[in-house]
Amino acid sequence: MTDLSWIDPLLRSARPQAIGALLRYFRSLDQAEESFQEACLRALKNWPLNGPPRDPVAWLVLVGRNIGLDEARRSSRSGPLPPDERISDLGDAESDIAERLDSSHYRDDVLRLLFICCHPDLPSVQQIALALRVVSGLTVKEIARAFLIGESAMEQRITRAKSRVARADVAFAAPGAAERAERLAAVAAMLYLLFNEGYSASGGDRHVRAPLCDEAIRLARLLLSLFPGEPDIMGLLALMLMQHARTPARLDADDAIILLEDQDRRLWDRDMIAEGHALLEKAGRHRRPGTYQLQAAIAGVHAHAATTQDTDWAAIDRLYAALERLQPSPVVTLNRAVAVSKVQGAAAALAMIEPLAQSLDGYFHFHGLTGGLLMRLGRAGEARIAFDRAIALAHTPAEAAHIRLHLDRLIKESAPAGAK
Amino acid sequence: MLYAFLCCHDEALDSSCTKEQDDAVLAKRAKVTSKLAAKGKLGPAVRLMPTTTATTVRMGAQPVVLDGPFAETKEALLGFYLIDCDSLEEAIALAKDIGRDEKVVFEIRPVKLFVPEAKFVPETKAS
Repeated sequence: MTDLSWIDPLLRSARPQAIGALLRYFRSLDQAEESFQEACLRALKNWPLNGPPRDPVAWLVLVGRNIGLDEARRSSRSGPLPPDERISDLGDAESDIAERLDSSHYRDDVLRLLFICCHPDLPSVQQIALALRVVSGLTVKEIARAFLIGESAMEQRITRAKSRVARADVAFAAPGAAERAERLAAVAAMLYLLFNEGYSASGGDRHVRAPLCDEAIRLARLLLSLFPGEPDIMGLLALMLMQHARTPARLDADDAIILLEDQDRRLWDRDMIAEGHALLEKAGRHRRPGTYQLQAAIAGVHAHAATTQDTDWAAIDRLYAALERLQPSPVVTLNRAVAVSKVQGAAAALAMIEPLAQSLDGYFHFHGLTGGLLMRLGRAGEARIAFDRAIALAHTPAEAAHIRLHLDRLIKESAPAGAK
Repeated sequence: MLYAFLCCHDEALDSSCTKEQDDAVLAKRAKVTSKLAAKGKLGPAVRLMPTTTATTVRMGAQPVVLDGPFAETKEALLGFYLIDCDSLEEAIALAKDIGRDEKVVFEIRPVKLFVPEAKFVPETKAS
């Protein structure tokens, strides 16, 4: 067998569990990563000859652990290198470790690994970069490309993030229920950041970076398969799926944003939406509504409407009101105002967001919406000021271009009037 | 004899596939299944949502409803075909043909009861 392409996905899907288990064993992220890397190299040599092991994760953990032990022995005695053959025949040892590394271990291992990346001292971009490097196994080059910064700058960021988490005190004992819930919440937030980084790029010239969304969804799926009874994780995955379903319709041929109301909904991915609905339904049975569930439900209302005109804005208003109660935030109110503008009109919506002017002064969408509402109320001069402010705050050319479209419309509409 | 071909695979691996890879697999399979369909040998084919969407009802004096699939194994039932085959030999040959170049496992199960005249018109259709 010369084609080794079948091994790659196996290593990729085994990675979070294997590194998580090695981390528990070595208590050092660097050592866990290095020994996993080495184990992968041996897998590439061994598997084509002997076929894939029944349990690739257990194989990689066992080999990685042995490598780490040999490493430690070698550095303490500088004895001879152990022969490669020692680890080539795993036989009983494999099933033995597979038994001990049962799924209840794995789930806390994976959770711990993800949780380490969410260190509160790390800025969100570094949390995501670290998770992509350590958990997903993307190369620094790939991550740098995703964030559109230089490779050496990204290398530096990741190194810095790693040394920060290395100094952190993370409990390695199996977490109690409260601690587990805390970790899950932190990890969910980080995964949603990762998703949003892909969904609405914070910089650079590309507005959507779907591979980051795909990776966030993959990790959320993994997390939910390990913690199948967590309604918040169901909600998180549902939310990602519902939003990602719109990706094929979000940009036009020139990479300009198409607003939700103008999107060709036939392009939305119906499989993702259906999966999102199924997850929401499951989550609902727990009667523990959470912010992800509510946001997913809002996306679900949009998904349900064949056209913008069919949207049940009253339902969206209600869901945002529930979200406001659960997590009061000016951004939530801002979003609710969009629904209010459809149900009660632009004036009501404007009244709702005017008090937010101070807290959202640096927020692109606030000025975009304000401009849009003012335009609908015929207050062109004020609208133009708001749009100018929005353009100044735009993160990507696509965002700016979209606002410029509104401005052009304003200018066009006001020009004939001015000529008279 | 009617046979159900249950498609089993490592789900984590499956969800690591890109859309392009997934489409390529389906297109490859369609080459086989479209011929069967033309001969009227292909029954309903079903692709299941991921096991994270599964709910298990364990019956007993007090039925218990659990989140997640019945079995927590790496290999999960991802979908199935219903195919009219002359023999188990043919069914095995077809499984090999449909799954060519894949790592999928097909569990082939003879179908005991099939109700073809059932007017099954689901309100919500899978795409």
